[in-house]
Amino acid sequence: MLYLELFIQGLIYGSMYAIIAVGLTLVYGLLRILHVAHAGLFALGGYLGLLLTNATGSLILATPAAAAAVGFVGMIIYRLCYQPILDRPPYVPLIASIGLFIAMEEIYRLIFGPYGLTYLDPPLQSQITIVGINLRTAEVTMVVVSVFLLGALSYLSQKTRIGVAWRATVDDPQIAASYGVDAVKVRYLNFFIGSGLAAVGGIFVSLLSNLVEPTMGGVPSYKALAIIVLGGLGNVTGTLIASLVLGVIEAFGTIYVGDLLDRDAIAFAFLIFVLMLRPTGLFSGR
Amino acid sequence: MGIYEISLGTVICINIILAVGLNMITGFCGQISLGHAAFYGVGAYTAAITAKAGLPLPLALLSGLILTGLVGIIVGLTSLRVREDFLAITTMGVGFLFLGIVRQQEALGGELGVSAIPAHGMGKMGFFLFVLLLAALATAFSLVIKRSWMGFAFDAVADDEDTARLLSVDVPAYKLAAFALGTALAGLAGGLYAYFARLIVPDDFGFITSITILSMVAVGGIGSVFGVLISTVILTLMPEFFRFVSDYKLLIYGALLFAVMRFAPDGLAGFARDIIRRFHAKGDGG
Repeated sequence: MLYLELFIQGLIYGSMYAIIAVGLTLVYGLLRILHVAHAGLFALGGYLGLLLTNATGSLILATPAAAAAVGFVGMIIYRLCYQPILDRPPYVPLIASIGLFIAMEEIYRLIFGPYGLTYLDPPLQSQITIVGINLRTAEVTMVVVSVFLLGALSYLSQKTRIGVAWRATVDDPQIAASYGVDAVKVRYLNFFIGSGLAAVGGIFVSLLSNLVEPTMGGVPSYKALAIIVLGGLGNVTGTLIASLVLGVIEAFGTIYVGDLLDRDAIAFAFLIFVLMLRPTGLFSGR
Repeated sequence: MGIYEISLGTVICINIILAVGLNMITGFCGQISLGHAAFYGVGAYTAAITAKAGLPLPLALLSGLILTGLVGIIVGLTSLRVREDFLAITTMGVGFLFLGIVRQQEALGGELGVSAIPAHGMGKMGFFLFVLLLAALATAFSLVIKRSWMGFAFDAVADDEDTARLLSVDVPAYKLAAFALGTALAGLAGGLYAYFARLIVPDDFGFITSITILSMVAVGGIGSVFGVLISTVILTLMPEFFRFVSDYKLLIYGALLFAVMRFAPDGLAGFARDIIRRFHAKGDGG
C-alpha cells in the first residue's frame, strides 16, 4: 500500500512538472533557448489566478482568463526579449532570460509584497478516497486538467493545419518557410501555448499550498529545466515521460535516501546519473 | 579607508578570484557552468573545517584549493560526456546536489552552516592586502595562461571542439585542465571567504551566487580578462551604489543583466572594441 501511495504521489508531482516543462521544451525545440523566465510566467499565472478567483469567486472563470493573459505576456517577452538576440551564442539568451526572471520576481515582490497572498475561500480543498488512498480534490483536478490539456495539445499538433506547420518549423525552419509557413506566427503561437500552460501549473501549485509568493517559480522551474534535458531537449513525448519518472523517483527517494539528500538534490542526482549514461537524455532522437 | 571600504574591497577581490576562475572554464575553454558557487562552497567548507581542526591559515587555504580542484576534475569529467546546453543544466544540477548534500549533513552544520571559524589574525587591513595580492596573482596567472600554448588550445576547444580534435588537440585533457584550474581558484576564494566572514551557511553558495559569478564574466565580455575585472568591480559595487533605493536594487540588477545581454551581447569588452573601431573608422574616413 505504501508503494502504491508513493507511486500516486509521484504521478501527481509528475503531472505538475509536465505542465510546466512542456512549455519550456516547446521553446527549446523551436528556438534552442533555455527559457528560465518561464518560471516568472508560472508565478504570474499563480498571482493572476488567485487575484481573479478572489475577485470573481470562480476558479473556473479565473483559470482560462489568467492562462490567456499570461500567454500574451509570453508572446510579448518573445518579441521584445528573445527575437533580437536569437542569432547570438546560447549563453546570451540564457543570461538575458535569468536577468529577466530576477526582475520579474522583484516586480511581484514590490507589487504584491514579500509574504505572498492566499485564497479568501480556497477552492477544491475537500478530500476524496480512490482505491483506499486519500487524495485532495485539488490534486486529482490537477492531474485531470493536465492530462486534458496535454491531450488537446497533442491533437492540435497532429491533426490541425497549424499543428502541421508548427511541427514542420521545428523540424526544419527553412524548408517550412519555403512551403509558405509563417515562422514568426508559429513562434508566437508556441510562446502563447507554453506560457498559458505554465500559468495553469502556477494556479494548481498555488491551490495545493494555498499560497502564491514571489519566489514560487524558482525550484519547480529549475527542475523543469532538468526534466527537459532528461527528456532529450525539445522532445515533447520524452518530456512528459521524464516528468512522471522524476515525480516517482522523488517520491520514493525522499523515503529511502531522504537522510542523505533533500528532494531537489535527489532530482538532480538522478539527472546527472542519467546524463552520464545517455549524454543527450533518455529519449533523444538527435 | 574605513572598515566599510576595507570589507567592500575584500569582497571585490574575492569575487575577482571567482570570476577569473570561471572565465578560464567558460571564457577560455567555452564550457558553460551554472554551478560555480558549488566549488566556492567546497573550498569554503574545507577551509572552515580544517581551520577549526587546528590547521594554520596557509594550509587550510591550500587544502580548500586542492580538494576543490579535485572535485572540479570529477565534475569536469561530465563535460567530456555532455555538451553545451546539456552541460549547462548538468552543472546547475551539481550546484543543487552540493546544497542538498551539505544541508543534510550534521557534520557540516546542516542549515546552520559552520560558525566560529578561527580568526585570520592579520587585522582587517592586513587581510585585505593579502586577498588583494592573491587576486592580483590569480589575474596574472590567468593572463599567462591565455597567452600560453594552453590558452591557444583552450581557444580551439571553445571555437570548435571537433575541428580541434581533428588537429590532434587533446580535447579531454584541456577541458579537464580548465575545470581543474578554474575550480581550484574558486576553492581558494571560498577559503578566503570563510576566513573573512567567519560564518558560512549553505545559502551563500546557491544558484543565485552561481548566476552572479556568471554574470560578472558575461557582462565583462566572455573570455576577456580585463573586461571581467572591470565588470566584477562594477557588479559588486552596484548593489552598494543603489543602497539609496535598496528595495529596488535586485530589480535594477536583473534589468541591467538583461539589458546588457540584449543591447551589448559581447559585454563591456565588446562594447569597448566597437567604440574603438568606430573611432578608427572615422579617422580613416576623414
